[in-house]
Amino acid sequence: MRWLLGKDLLILRRSRLLLALLLVYPVAIALLIGFAISRSPSRPRVAIVDESPPGETIKLGTQRLPVSQYTRQLLHQAQSLPVATRAQAIEDVKSGTAIAAVVIPADLAARLSSDVAQAQLEVLYNGDALEQSLARSTIESALAQANLGFSEQVQKAARSVISTLLAGGKLGSVGGVGGPENLIGLDHIPATLGAIAARQPHGRDRRQLEQIDAFAGFAAENLTLASRVLSTIGQPIRVNSVLLHGRRTPLNTFAVVVAVNLSLMLVCVLLAAGGVALEREENALARLIRGGGTSGSLISREALLAEKTLLAAGCAFVIAFAMLAGIGAFVTLDWSRVLLWLLALAFAAGAFGALGVAIGALAREVRAASLLAFLASLPLAFLALVPSGSVSGGFYDAINAISFAFPFKAALQSLDTAVNGAAPSLGLSLAHLAVLAGVFGALARIGLRSAE
Amino acid sequence: MSAVLSVSALAKRYGPARAHGGRLALADVSFRLGAGELVAVVGPNGAGKTTLLSIIAGVQSPTAGSVSRSAGEEGQSVGCKVGWVPQDPALYSKLSVAENLELFAHLEGVAEPRSVVARMLEQTGLGARAGERVGRLSGGNRQRVNVALGLIGDPPVLALDEPSASLDPSQRERLWEFVTERVQDGTSVLFSTHNVSEAQRYAGRVLVLAEGRLLFDGAPGQLLAEGDGEDGGDLERALVRFLRERTYPEGTP
Repeated sequence: MRWLLGKDLLILRRSRLLLALLLVYPVAIALLIGFAISRSPSRPRVAIVDESPPGETIKLGTQRLPVSQYTRQLLHQAQSLPVATRAQAIEDVKSGTAIAAVVIPADLAARLSSDVAQAQLEVLYNGDALEQSLARSTIESALAQANLGFSEQVQKAARSVISTLLAGGKLGSVGGVGGPENLIGLDHIPATLGAIAARQPHGRDRRQLEQIDAFAGFAAENLTLASRVLSTIGQPIRVNSVLLHGRRTPLNTFAVVVAVNLSLMLVCVLLAAGGVALEREENALARLIRGGGTSGSLISREALLAEKTLLAAGCAFVIAFAMLAGIGAFVTLDWSRVLLWLLALAFAAGAFGALGVAIGALAREVRAASLLAFLASLPLAFLALVPSGSVSGGFYDAINAISFAFPFKAALQSLDTAVNGAAPSLGLSLAHLAVLAGVFGALARIGLRSAE
Repeated sequence: MSAVLSVSALAKRYGPARAHGGRLALADVSFRLGAGELVAVVGPNGAGKTTLLSIIAGVQSPTAGSVSRSAGEEGQSVGCKVGWVPQDPALYSKLSVAENLELFAHLEGVAEPRSVVARMLEQTGLGARAGERVGRLSGGNRQRVNVALGLIGDPPVLALDEPSASLDPSQRERLWEFVTERVQDGTSVLFSTHNVSEAQRYAGRVLVLAEGRLLFDGAPGQLLAEGDGEDGGDLERALVRFLRERTYPEGTP
């Protein structure tokens, strides 16, 4: 087998384009992913036109909130690009300077203060379907965050008013002027009024004072409740996330794992499939394995397949590890788990290699094998990345069954566990990969049954 | 003459083996190959020549019958003992002539690969092109390397499938010089060809195959003798007449 391995390495070394691709590919992908993860803007670029008059306020009862507070909330959610006019905003969106523009209308404060008409913002966006979707989801998210922030400001003002109504003092302290001062506060009324009523002779006046006293007590209790309710309805449900197993995987390190796994699969499957198909295309397969696997053959079919798997898996393993190490310069990876990375990469490479030789054994020429390998690999990768709940239950079950039968998902799970500690046990994924390697190896053996 | 190869009731069917299914490529073919014999397999296209040679070389397995080194060892595979030279050269085009020879010398388990490679390069006259990549060689030179690969393990039997098909006359001459030298050294050679004059000139025995059946097994002179001299000593005319008589007897429309 070592002579055949040496021959394949020599052929690989002489295939300059393929060799260059194998060397450049992981470096380029590692750099691209690294830059994309580490340098991407965390907030989208959005043009904002504030048409509201400077210093305008929104009236909340006896208090006033400046409109600029809402604008600040919105600017905080996006990488803002303040522009003076709507026309300039349209120009920025058209030219791609901003993915979208938000126009804060001049009547925003009036509508918010009216208690009747809902305030409206205008969102301008452009581009193809993908860009439109990105712009809409980004703006909607930014607006939701800004609305939530502004809503909290409104609640804070309302709670302050209720607090003053209960405790007494000066109303309008949040921002308004001209509110009544030295208010007694509903909490103090029962005691004060009770004392006054006690000094009154029994009769109609005393009964009326006692009635007012009871109402004040009732009102104070219910306003206390209203204050608590306001706190609750601002964010009625808080989310407490509990991960059932493993560690929480940061999205950027998961993206690294996906990229490395995809590269591992493509390099491994294409090399293995091409290697087997090349033996057929050069008419050498019949010369090598003639004799039907008896002692007469130069090499057994099993040894030939193992050699091609080993070659492809070895090359892909080195490339994938180089990618991980390269991306490690941009993203923090836990190097103390490096032995687990190597284990996961080795098993994944073995399973992808077996899939590759099966494809190569079925296809009769290099071009067909390469095309088949490529066409089979990419959909498998996409299917394995479909999250549960994003499609119907039955369809997801079908996707799961397909993903289970091919190595990409198991390789992804094992690598995610090795790199991120995403699942408690690596053994299950590795066992799955080993079984798949055996199954595809057997299919490849059947595919080589007819060598002529 | 002692037989180095015995072919017994060989049959090969492609496709399903039901009553009328598939295609019968070989049917009940039996013959023996003696040591140092040079035997030609001739016949029309689709006669089963390549199938017969590839079964003898162990590339395909027969549906029935057996190929063995001698009558007493029927059923044993002889693939390891037969040097195989397929019609399309089985070579690695990105390797040089010497690298191809050296690789197969190692795979064949040759004791001293380097000296064997040097000898093969000398015998094939490719010494000057030893370092040249096979992909850049002419068709004739590729075929010479192809034949050299078949002989590298020094097999007692050599099976050549239309070895001169892509060669010009001088290259053909050189090939046959090389092959006959091997025969003189004791190698038994079985080759298929469409060039009947080649069979007449070099082969000591001719096997005529048609529709998978062995119709004739004898010396070229015997085939000529069947025509009572009307073929004028031309084996090709004798073969055409023979096939017409055997496959389309008189009265057949």
